[in-house]
Amino acid sequence: MTTVPITLPKNYLNQDYTLWSWLTTIDHKRIAWLYLVSITFFFFLGGAAATVMRLELATAPGDVVESETYNRLFSLHGIAMVWFFLVPSIPATLGNFLLPLMIGARDMAFPRLNLLSWYLYAIAGVFALTMVIAGGVDTGWTFYTPYSSLFANGQVVLAVVGIIVAGFSSILTGLNFIVTVHKMRAPGLTWMRLPLFVWAQYATAIIMVLATPVLAITLLMIALERILGIGIFDPKMGGDPVLFQHLFWFYSHPAVYIMILPGMGVVSEIITCFARKHIFGYDGMAFALLAIALIGFLVWGHHMFVAGQSVYASVVFSLLSFIVAVPSGIKVFNWAATLYKGSVSFETPMLYALGFVGLFTIGGLTGVTVASTAVDVHVHDTYFVIAHFHYIMVGGMVMAYFGGLHFWWPKMTGRMYPDVWGRIAAITIFIGFNLTFFPQFILGYLGMPRRYHTYPDEFELLNALSSAGASILAAGYLLPLAYLLYSLRWGPMAGPNPWDARGLEWTTPSPPPEHNFDRIPIVTQKPYAYDVPKRDSDPA
Amino acid sequence: MTYQSAIPTRPDTLEQPASQFDSLAQQHQADTLGMWVFLASEILFFGGMFMAYTVYRTAFPAAFEAASGHLNLGLGGINTAILLTSSLTMTLADDAVVARNRRATAIWLALTALLGTIFLAIKGIEWREEFREQLAPLFGRPFVFPEPHTDQARLFFSFYFALTGLHALHLLIGVVLVLVMLIFTLRDAPHLDAKVIIAGLYWHLVDLIWVFVFPLLYLAARHG
Repeated sequence: MTTVPITLPKNYLNQDYTLWSWLTTIDHKRIAWLYLVSITFFFFLGGAAATVMRLELATAPGDVVESETYNRLFSLHGIAMVWFFLVPSIPATLGNFLLPLMIGARDMAFPRLNLLSWYLYAIAGVFALTMVIAGGVDTGWTFYTPYSSLFANGQVVLAVVGIIVAGFSSILTGLNFIVTVHKMRAPGLTWMRLPLFVWAQYATAIIMVLATPVLAITLLMIALERILGIGIFDPKMGGDPVLFQHLFWFYSHPAVYIMILPGMGVVSEIITCFARKHIFGYDGMAFALLAIALIGFLVWGHHMFVAGQSVYASVVFSLLSFIVAVPSGIKVFNWAATLYKGSVSFETPMLYALGFVGLFTIGGLTGVTVASTAVDVHVHDTYFVIAHFHYIMVGGMVMAYFGGLHFWWPKMTGRMYPDVWGRIAAITIFIGFNLTFFPQFILGYLGMPRRYHTYPDEFELLNALSSAGASILAAGYLLPLAYLLYSLRWGPMAGPNPWDARGLEWTTPSPPPEHNFDRIPIVTQKPYAYDVPKRDSDPA
Repeated sequence: MTYQSAIPTRPDTLEQPASQFDSLAQQHQADTLGMWVFLASEILFFGGMFMAYTVYRTAFPAAFEAASGHLNLGLGGINTAILLTSSLTMTLADDAVVARNRRATAIWLALTALLGTIFLAIKGIEWREEFREQLAPLFGRPFVFPEPHTDQARLFFSFYFALTGLHALHLLIGVVLVLVMLIFTLRDAPHLDAKVIIAGLYWHLVDLIWVFVFPLLYLAARHG
């Protein structure tokens, strides 16, 4: 192979190479990279905590860490993964990068606000790291009162202030997304022509803007209780600790949908592309996203079936939780119908997307199981619940995040990664994931409670399997880190549209120029026109 | 779906929109919508605390009414009048800026900021009174309240300080924002009309929150 020196056309990456130019950028594509680097850091921080936990749980006796340390480890794992990785994962990286490209805009509506979001995230990250260095917290990621407000002796204030600041970061991101989708669409791009990825970001943004402030005020009340000594949740003064749970889950259940809707958007894009077919039931898919976002606000009480909530409230919350599963079901059926009679091929992104559909289905169905009032009494706070939400958050969202990263990596960097290694990593992650978390369903059903660092001997085999799976999972997550970094320098040039995909983002060069489009495109058709034969005169 | 902004665009303008926008009209619409979305978020922020307060208000009606009777209704009422008047002056500033009357805009903005500052000063006097009467359960200070409602009154005053403190913080931000608008007006900054109107939206929301805070806290004892 001969190397020919070529000068690349100016794009958003080679404009300027200084660190200063990155830290002061208002280009949505560069801000996406700022987020990508920072959330990767927190992903591996949370992963390290999980590694020590699985190491401890590999054997029945508590021989690696003490119970106190273990409490701090799972709290760190939860806080880092939920607020510093999963919530910003797809929206702040792929969403930031792709939203303006997909709707034919030059940037977000508020580029400076976008950068401010990242700085808030970074400040929140500093709080979180200070919290870790100062000794961590032992409350779990849920900060239940009165434990967190009166008794916990960890760095609760640092942790909740960090989360409040991170919350404002995601509120501003959501605000930017909503305004951008409303006001910045290219001519001809009507709402029903939007890619489902955009619909998913929009639905997520609604939750971010309307649910996150409630978390902020709730955690602020805890911080005030600890700093000023007021007693909003203190039972001694007539305060109600269950009220905290209501307020917390009013955010944190919708937040579960912040952690899955963007993944659904990514998977919809990937499946149509590699099935070479128009998505089945576009309208239903778009409205299902909105339905999940809206109904998701009304189901929080299913976290409190055993917390002394009125039985009538529990029945209503249980029924509403069944209802929210319906639009999710619509999505799974439509993905399956899209694959039906498609020309399916199995490139790396597609493997992740198919993994998502299977694992999300298991996670969703077990969600209906734990939303049943009677069954929940049996499995509440056991490993069954742990397995359930990891199937959604890791099996669902993280798979989708990796799928999306592999799908749009050529667009973001202009380079291809080695597809073989991509497939190996995808399959490793799938196997490792199932080996880690499937045994936990059985453990939970048999009655092993969460948040303990020791357990009876009869649970040892299943726990050992789970820990073994975790090591495979860890290897699977390290692989992309290696070959994606490798591809930055040595990967072959990808060209503007390596997957022959539809969508405005594929009509610009890879990497895109600073203002995305030389000429703002005019949209004349529905998205995903994979079954329409392509003519030379077509833009894409 | 078309969204009509209330902000008129000046026909004689030579101003250019920011580079991500196609037109000034698009930019103004986006800015206005952005502020409305932010306000929706703010409503949920205060909403969480209103909800928590209401739960306790319903659970301990006698105690909350007794505690509410210890607030200074006179100063609270004067403050309500001041804040509502400041919304009027802010609206007049909006009108003046649309009519491109810079002098009137500057006067109304200055008056708005002044009214906001007076509100904060009166609020400070009230807080000092409550500290003196040992009604402030903060920083481990003694809290004195006649039995049998001592503990629940403490809860009431926790909410009182949290809610009025949070509102005062928002109002302080509002005063700074209005003063920045005043500087913009004096310098005849570009897009002045859009800026002032959007700052006004925030100001009105902070007023509106007080319209809920006042009856919830001050009128609990006097609901007839």
